[in-house]
Order: sequence, then C-alpha cells, then structure tokens
Amino acid sequence: MACLLVPATEAVVTTIVRKVMVSKEQQTDTQSTEATLDHAEHSVTIPFTRKLKWLSNMLWGGSALLAFEHIWHGEITPFFPFLTGVAEGNAAGVLQEMATTGVSMAVLVTLVWTGMVAITNAMEKKEQSAAIAAKQDV
Amino acid sequence: MTLLTTAFAAIICTVIWYKNAPKDEMKIGILTLMYWGATLMWLIDGVFEYAELGAEYFTPAPLDMLNDFYLGLSVVALGLVIWLIVLLIKDPKGAVRAVLFKKTTSDSKN
Repeated sequence: MACLLVPATEAVVTTIVRKVMVSKEQQTDTQSTEATLDHAEHSVTIPFTRKLKWLSNMLWGGSALLAFEHIWHGEITPFFPFLTGVAEGNAAGVLQEMATTGVSMAVLVTLVWTGMVAITNAMEKKEQSAAIAAKQDV
Repeated sequence: MTLLTTAFAAIICTVIWYKNAPKDEMKIGILTLMYWGATLMWLIDGVFEYAELGAEYFTPAPLDMLNDFYLGLSVVALGLVIWLIVLLIKDPKGAVRAVLFKKTTSDSKN
C-alpha cells in the first residue's frame, strides 16, 4: 500500500547527507595544501560520498519502480490523500505495512550496501598494502 | 514474476557493466543499482506474501502470472527510460552537447 515511502524517505535523507558531505569535501580540498601527501594511499581510496551514492541509487531506483507498481495496482492515486488505503479509511493498515514491509525493504537494501562497502574497504586495504610494499621495494 | 523479471534485468545489467568495467561511459552502473534496489524490495514483498499465502505463493493463476510478467516488463521499460534520461542529461560522452552546439556549415561561413 505505502511500503515504498520508507525506502523513499531513506533515499531523500541519504541524498541530503551526500550533498552536505560533497560540499564539505570540496571545501577541505580547496583549503588543504597537503593534498599531494600520501598520494599512494589516496589513489586507492574510494571517497565515502561515492559509496553513499550506491545506496542512494538503489533506494531511488527501487522506490521509483515500486511506485510504478503501486500505481499499476491502483494503490496510489494522483489526487489527495494519494493512497487508496487512506482514502478507504484503512490508515492503520497503511501504517502497519510501512512499519513491517517498508522498514524491512529499507533495512535489506542498507544491509546489502553495508556488505558492498565492507568488501570494497577490504579491497582498498589490500591495494594500499600492495602499494606500500611496492613503494618500500623501490 | 515481477521479482523474477527485475532480477534477470539486474543480472544482465551487472554482466554488461562488468564487461565494460572500469569504463562506464554509458552509466550502466546507475541502471544496475536501480534494478538491484527494486529486486531487493520486491524480494521483501515476496517474503511477506509467502508468509501470508504459504506454498500457494508458488502456484499463481496463469492470468495473474501473465499480468505480473506484463508489469515486470513495464517496470524494466520504465527503468530503461529513467536511465536514458539520466544518460542524456549527464551526457558523459559529450555527444548531446556536440550535436546541440554543432555549428552548421552556413554558420561557420558567416
């Protein structure tokens, strides 16, 4: 009924957080004069904002396609209150679905993203140690 | 059927993305993440439906299955449309800008 509202809300939050982080990163980049230091370490590190974009893309994409499915099944209408469940007086049912299915969707997507980030972090560490070892050999 | 259709779209996109990696000129990564996001969400939907219906979940009526497949294909098409819009706006190859701001031969003569 309205389960997609939970991942869609998370998508909005992650997008805002990412925008703030990107602007802060740009500020520190312009202020910092030590950007050239630890070059080998930086070259194998993926910025967190890029990783956050993966989550954002999954949440926005999933929510958009799920919204289409809800329109297909007549659960979302173009007029107020936009949700058929609420219009039929089943607001409690809508809230219950959001609390169960919606939260589970957001949690699963976030868990998968956490796994992706953990794997990427491990790969980064491996690359960093390989780069340091290569530097020491020279 | 919607879950399966989206899952196959996500798998195919991932294979295409991997084949072209590390280059991502066509922004297939966005399409891949979009389909995976939808697949995971429909997976949860399927789990809840299974908890409600039990084994009946795996034996849908042919008409329901056809309708779900039709929905799945429409979802895949919508995903492609969203991806195409993002691709044309971001224009990583600069093709759109090159076409739009291309000077015609008559312009260059003047």
